[in-house]
Amino acid sequence: MNNPIRRLAVVIAAMFCALLVASSWIQFAQAKELRDRPGNRRTLLATYAQERGALLVDGEAVARSETTDDEFKYQRTFPQGSLYSHVTGYYSFIYGAGGGLEQSADDLLTGQSDQLFYRRLGDLVSGRRPTGVSLELTIDPRAQKAAQDGLGDQRGAVVALEPKTGKILAMVSHPAYDPNRLAGHDASQVQEAWRELNADSGRPLVNRAIRGDLYPPGSVFKIVTAAAALSSGRFDENSTLPGPERLDLPDTSATLPNHDGGACSGGRPTMTQALETSCNTAFGWLGLQLGGTALREQAGKFGFGQAVEIPMRATASTVPEQLNRPQEAQAAIGQYDVRVTPLQVAMVSAAVANGGAVMKPYLIAQKRASDLEAFGQTAPTKLGQAVSGDVAAALTRMMTKVVESGTGTRAQISGITVAGKSGTAEHGEGRDPHAWFTAFAPADDPKVAVAVVVEDGGNAGSEAAGGKVSAPIARDVMKAVIAP
Amino acid sequence: MTTVSFFVPRTRRNVELLLLLFAVGIVLLAYLSVGLAVGGAVPIDIVTQGSWLLGFVVAFHLVLRWRAAYADPVVLPIVTLLNGLGVVMIHRLDLAEGRDLAEAFAPRQLMWSGLGIVIAALVIVALRDHRRLRRYTFTAMVAGLVCLLLPLVPFLGVELNGARIWIRVAGFSFQPGEVAKILLTIFFAAYLVQTRDALALAGRTVLGFPLPRARDLGPILVAWLSSLAVLVLERDLGTSLLFFGLFVAMLYVATERISWITIGLLLFSGGAYVAYLLFGHVRQRVEFWLDPWSPEALAQSSQLVDGLMGMGAGGLFGTGLGRGNPQITPFAESDFIIPSFGEELGLIGLCAILMLYVLFVERGLRTALGTRDGFGKLLATGLAFSVALQIFVVVGGVTRVIPLTGLTSPFLSSGGSSLLSNWVIVALLLRISDHARRPTPDEAPPPVTPPAGPGKAVIA
Repeated sequence: MNNPIRRLAVVIAAMFCALLVASSWIQFAQAKELRDRPGNRRTLLATYAQERGALLVDGEAVARSETTDDEFKYQRTFPQGSLYSHVTGYYSFIYGAGGGLEQSADDLLTGQSDQLFYRRLGDLVSGRRPTGVSLELTIDPRAQKAAQDGLGDQRGAVVALEPKTGKILAMVSHPAYDPNRLAGHDASQVQEAWRELNADSGRPLVNRAIRGDLYPPGSVFKIVTAAAALSSGRFDENSTLPGPERLDLPDTSATLPNHDGGACSGGRPTMTQALETSCNTAFGWLGLQLGGTALREQAGKFGFGQAVEIPMRATASTVPEQLNRPQEAQAAIGQYDVRVTPLQVAMVSAAVANGGAVMKPYLIAQKRASDLEAFGQTAPTKLGQAVSGDVAAALTRMMTKVVESGTGTRAQISGITVAGKSGTAEHGEGRDPHAWFTAFAPADDPKVAVAVVVEDGGNAGSEAAGGKVSAPIARDVMKAVIAP
Repeated sequence: MTTVSFFVPRTRRNVELLLLLFAVGIVLLAYLSVGLAVGGAVPIDIVTQGSWLLGFVVAFHLVLRWRAAYADPVVLPIVTLLNGLGVVMIHRLDLAEGRDLAEAFAPRQLMWSGLGIVIAALVIVALRDHRRLRRYTFTAMVAGLVCLLLPLVPFLGVELNGARIWIRVAGFSFQPGEVAKILLTIFFAAYLVQTRDALALAGRTVLGFPLPRARDLGPILVAWLSSLAVLVLERDLGTSLLFFGLFVAMLYVATERISWITIGLLLFSGGAYVAYLLFGHVRQRVEFWLDPWSPEALAQSSQLVDGLMGMGAGGLFGTGLGRGNPQITPFAESDFIIPSFGEELGLIGLCAILMLYVLFVERGLRTALGTRDGFGKLLATGLAFSVALQIFVVVGGVTRVIPLTGLTSPFLSSGGSSLLSNWVIVALLLRISDHARRPTPDEAPPPVTPPAGPGKAVIA
């Protein structure tokens, strides 16, 4: 009977080989695919069982992981609630990370980023789980608070930049939301909050500062038109421009009126005066003189058309590709299909403040390892030169006039020269205009550039004008940075 | 005799003791690692638990020294290691599920392990010669069939998770099928040893294919029908497959005729196909096997997929004991304990466990080869093969080699009946191996010193 026993042993060996092959297939060849399967609870738990890096503003956490007793081990909390909602975003075990740095800097926060490769070699050898990296943000907490308080219950957005570096000092979008509601571990409560936030007509999950439907810039775009005019060499800040009550648009019977219906500075304003009073007819005329291509190119130099990553991807602001003659005049005053993000408007002011150099805006100042040792300080990056230093200086003088004696007097800060520009953007019949204000200060040594938009005139409604509604908010944010 | 070679049989009991200490050491390390991972501290009862385990297996080892000194030295350490690792994993799952002492599985498993060792020792002591079992050929058959069909008795049998393979007496549930496995293996071995000549030689050759006589087909048909009855009445795919496979393998070993395997495979395929057509639960198993990710399969049962994802999560090196999430898979401590090990010990750990089983089966087959009597050969082969086939069915089920059936992993899975019967298998194999390796009394006892002269003694 020994021969059949030996043959049976071969059969048994084959059976075990099949098992070994199948196990290897599942645990080695197929393992990654299995781990990435949607609905793999183990992968989810593994992600949540790891201490995620914190987001720090001025050394204080605005998002951090706290240990819990439940199966997720860590609970993400946002100590400041809605104040930083559009900076941090949310972190939900059902809906994942989204809406801000939680998503855009996820690989850093989890410690999986390729940037950390050399730091992780040690973990690899010792078998430790990679620990998340904490991120110190560029946000100035006082500016952020001032922006939030200034907007209050009005819809809109505020972005403040440090002109010399591109650091984002404040980024607020209203309505905001409390990311803690999405971070809970009670599935039904999280689902309820998610439903509510998505059903809200105010769209609180949209970060209006960098995304959403974008805004018509209105008169704040006149800075770009003025920059193009000055750069063309055909005009300087004292050039007189035609500023009638109405500008006849070529190829059509339509006209372009001034905001108040009257002529600007007796119909012959200088370019400075035209900006000071936000003269539509003068800038419309400039648009016709310069042409759509020059406007678009100048805008492009300020960053239009580029989706910058801060690291959240900001939607690119646009000047339409095809403009006919009347549209050129309308685009020059920020109407027609010119669309901007508040971030882009702040970048325009910041570039003017920074001698024409456009700095890449960013939120992450530096990374901190789990022992809080700082590393990887973000170096400021220059995106390009929008205008020459001379043009920037001329624009600064013109914008200073706006705040000194023009439409932006409400942005004045005692003892500090402020440069700014208001905007009141019509966006459809029967709807109250968006109120814009962009500014930087101090004009001689800029520390902060800011852009404010209040949707549909905010609480002022149809009476709204950028100089009235938004200028005080811009002023408070700048004050918070310069003279806290 | 021109050359003299002496095989000096050695008991190897010291090797066994050393390996036992090694096995207990690994189990305690596993326990320590669970304690550190889950509680963050060295479990305080590690010394007492370790002493219990060590005490029991060393006592069994002493029984072997006393009553089966020549028994195979590797079997007991392998089984100790598997049993111990199983308890550790069950304990780890108890912790994960937060079961308190009253409902925890690990203490019960520990109790059953102790009982299993005691019963195995009793078998060794009481059964001085395995050939005595031949006296109970038909008793074993009747008892085996009764055990097999016991769950069908009303009020006694319990249906759990779709299979009616449990009985419940006085609050204890028991799977009599596990005992039936041993009884029927004894019966098969005894019966086939008697009838093997008739089964092997009689018959005609048709087209070069030797066919048995029609009346010799009786036993295989009875075995086939019984296993079909188990499949249909108890809805237990695994047990049914196990019995029939075991019988065919033993029939082949007894007769050395391939035709029996052919006939067996034909009967099996036919039965399986008809069962597939007739019974929804069989068809469902096959469909889940072919596509466990389909929405219909996931809606019905996600355990196969949960197990696969667990193994995937483990990868090559595993998450480490106590650091994975095996509790996500339903029945992680019984039918799905293999994926639990795959998740926490990785492919490497799983392969090590499979190799322990391979070694166990190999020792069983080696015993069969070494035994001098036919009954012992068949019994050892049958017992070893039943363990091998059971592992193939259960591990193959969770790794999608074959459709999933409900069987336990020998020595690892939580469950008293399985543990007890597997320890009895260990005792029987040890008893036969003692017989195989013991020098026969009619041979001259080997001289202590080699004889002088050109003859060379080979001391093995």
